[in-house]
Amino acid sequence: MSGITGPAVRTDRLRVERGGSTVLHDLDLAVPSGAITGLLGPSGCGKTTLLRAIVGVQVVAAGTVTVLGRPAGSPELRRHVAYVTQAPSVYGDLTVLENLRYFARIVDVGEEDVIRAVDQVGLADAAGRLAGRLSGGQRARVSLASALLGRPDLLVLDEPTVGLDPVLRQELWTTFHELADGGTTLLVSSHVMDEAARCDGLLLMRDGRLLAAGTPPELLGRTGADDIEGAFLSLVTPRREVLS
Amino acid sequence: MSARITLATAARVLRQLRRDPRTLALLLLVPILLVTLLDWVFAGRPEVFDRIGVPLVGIFPLVSMFLVSSIAMLRERTSGTLERLLTLPLAKLDLLLGYGLAFALVAVVQASLVTGVAVGLLGLDVGGSLLLVVLFAVGNAVLGMSLGLFASAFAASEFQAVQFMPALLLPQILLCGLIAPRDAMARGLELLSAALPMTYAFDALSRLSVGDEDAGRLLLDGGVLVGVTLAALGLGAATLRRRTA
Ligand SMILES: Nc1ncnc2c1ncn2[C@@H]1O[C@H](COP(=O)(O)OP(=O)(O)OP(=O)(O)O)[C@@H](O)[C@H]1O
Ligand SMILES: [Mg+2]
Repeated sequence: MSGITGPAVRTDRLRVERGGSTVLHDLDLAVPSGAITGLLGPSGCGKTTLLRAIVGVQVVAAGTVTVLGRPAGSPELRRHVAYVTQAPSVYGDLTVLENLRYFARIVDVGEEDVIRAVDQVGLADAAGRLAGRLSGGQRARVSLASALLGRPDLLVLDEPTVGLDPVLRQELWTTFHELADGGTTLLVSSHVMDEAARCDGLLLMRDGRLLAAGTPPELLGRTGADDIEGAFLSLVTPRREVLS
Repeated sequence: MSARITLATAARVLRQLRRDPRTLALLLLVPILLVTLLDWVFAGRPEVFDRIGVPLVGIFPLVSMFLVSSIAMLRERTSGTLERLLTLPLAKLDLLLGYGLAFALVAVVQASLVTGVAVGLLGLDVGGSLLLVVLFAVGNAVLGMSLGLFASAFAASEFQAVQFMPALLLPQILLCGLIAPRDAMARGLELLSAALPMTYAFDALSRLSVGDEDAGRLLLDGGVLVGVTLAALGLGAATLRRRTA
């Protein structure tokens, strides 16, 4: 969608309840467009839930989520937002190419985009193999490739590089930066701290709340830590001195 | 709604079925084996085989299609591919009609095979038009498929999904007139059976078995089956939620 100014995603007092408890507490945040934003936080803090709310598949208790200028989940957004779930979502009984060709028909792109997406995730050698017979990391890349097919404006990636070796991670991050340079907005959740340093901006979450937001250097400066991992730990760990 | 996406979905479902030859074989062979067994059971009484053989040729495919389609849809849900599809520009009916189209094609093969074997090899004596018998058998299989797709919305696991088969289909088999004539049932049961789609499938097929081709009745029966099929697909689409908790 052209003509969007301001952030690609904005949440306003977003509250989500799952299984009877509040998972996101009145969350206010913004994701700048045309950049890579990393979403970090301990396991169970609500990263996946937030991403689901942004792509419009999560029931929301209160607040608003605005994506590319429209309410999250609007039908028009389905052509512009792509989502890669944390667990790879592909058909195990189809080959890599058959999976991608099916999703390509849905987003109405051709064979050249299928080939490009396979190359972007480094799966050209496995293109003819059944997705169910691939390794976990390979299957995750099929899932990622399906999201790259339609050249979305907003890419929402839930831990896309889990289980991948450093060489592959390096390559994928190069691809992510190329996409961002081309104007795509990326929102990437991650546990891997050295990946945080590759993001243009970071959102740090804990227990369904936003702890901090800023560029990696800003967060380092604010916490006085040497690296992102230190900054993360000092922000995420409850302050002992308050208790004693 | 988009014909492109519906057809792509049907092709994808058929490709997945082809990768699973055992399921395909079970779908096509089990009804044939059951009709053969029925023929043996009534070996000395061919008039009984003729009377219930034709309706059962239509009911076996309904049951197997129900099971296969409800499990297929459930797998779509548990594998996460349903969530992915629902974030894409795909109408919910595209998905259901895609499944419908794919399984309808399988149903044509299945119903033709079972009718062919029953009539050609086992000597089933069909009083009425063979083409109409196949048509109603296919219609039944498609009905079973759409009921299965709808039922899968209420199943959170394979265990639950398979239980829907006895829960939803066995009462219909008991009440449709196959076990006991409907007019011999208690009034309440007779009325209940009038609200169940299999009653109309049985009515049409048992008429055809004795060569009664009352066009008005057959049109009514066929109309009810098509109507329930479309209603189940529509309800299936309505119960498919893009947003979940
Ligand atoms: N389907 C569900 N039903 C009920 N509660 C859920 C469901 N999924 C997640 N939760 C709860 O919501 C909270 C946030 O979960 P979420 O999956 O968003 O965490 P996360 O930050 O993505 O964790 P991880 O890093 O382990 O993926 C957790 O407390 C979790 O137990
Ligand atoms: Mg998660």
